[in-house]
Amino acid sequence: MAAPVRRSGLQQDVINLYRACFRAARQKPIANRSHFYTFIRQQFRQHTLKRNDFATIEYMLRKGRKQLETYSSPSIQDVHV
Amino acid sequence: MSVSLMSAAAVRPALRKHIAAPIASYVRSFNSSATSNMANPAPPDNTPAKKEPLYKTFEIYRWNPDTPAEKPILQEYKVDLNACGPMVLDALIKIKNEMDPTLTFRRSCREGICGSCAMNIEGGNTLACLARIDRNASKPLKIYPLPNMNIVKDLVPDLTNFYKQYKSIEPYLKQKTPPTDGKENLQSIEDRKKLDGLYECILCACCSTSCPSYWWNQEEYLGPAVLMQAYRWMADSRDQFGRERRDMLQNQYSLYRCHTIMNCAKTCPKGLNPGKAIAQIKKDMAFD
Repeated sequence: MAAPVRRSGLQQDVINLYRACFRAARQKPIANRSHFYTFIRQQFRQHTLKRNDFATIEYMLRKGRKQLETYSSPSIQDVHV
Repeated sequence: MSVSLMSAAAVRPALRKHIAAPIASYVRSFNSSATSNMANPAPPDNTPAKKEPLYKTFEIYRWNPDTPAEKPILQEYKVDLNACGPMVLDALIKIKNEMDPTLTFRRSCREGICGSCAMNIEGGNTLACLARIDRNASKPLKIYPLPNMNIVKDLVPDLTNFYKQYKSIEPYLKQKTPPTDGKENLQSIEDRKKLDGLYECILCACCSTSCPSYWWNQEEYLGPAVLMQAYRWMADSRDQFGRERRDMLQNQYSLYRCHTIMNCAKTCPKGLNPGKAIAQIKKDMAFD
């Protein structure tokens, strides 16, 4: 068995956020879930960041968490990209 | 009918003359200044004399969230102080109106009552509307957002956490036994005096963001502004939840991260003393 990948705290934070986003999307109506999936992927891929640009990554994490807080509310049913 | 009207008109001028004569003589005696002592009359087109422009450099922190990978910069603006109001906020508004509409900052009342324009001016947290511009044009004036806060854009800090903390202290009147007549909560003049120096706080967050303790423990430590408001409700004679409010602060972080650094009292643009209020809470908690 290969050794587990060692990740920095920040990398782990990003991955955790990504997973949390998809978990929140799975609470939405089935018909609209694909919209959420494309939205989340687009949000994560729209910037090309250097991996040692910590300040920017931390900012994007904060922004992502705030967005997640917004669309994880049950009153939000659909998203348009 | 017409006769009586005429007689009234005939009487009136005579009356007026009697009263007016002595007043006119007084007026003449006061009017003693020679025309040569008077200021030169304004030029015929009625435009005031133009002052020589005095250009001062403003260095303002800029950061745009649309390009997050770009580092924040200090951008320079040259402002003519003789064509601008006396306060830093006037200069900021002038820059936004005339030079760079993308410059972003919060402002509202422009007289130090709303607390929107809190920022770091020349190294100290204050309200831009209460900070005078130093007229020495040789030195640039540096403006940064409130220190150690997450920035939304340019000079706009993210105060979400600050307001969440304010909400957590339940800043409203709580009573176990409301007044029996169902009307109002009476308070003696002495009890009202206890609130002076506490209720004036406008929650501009200048003090909290100048506190090193708050910089390092923003999530756990409530910060001077919020603690002073917590004390404002403990000190209120009409509030009956003082002990519960104190119990809520009974942990390592919420209150006891205050190490009486007193930056809060030094920086407060309203001249209040949050450090003293925090010391009062600590004292009350020791006696509880």
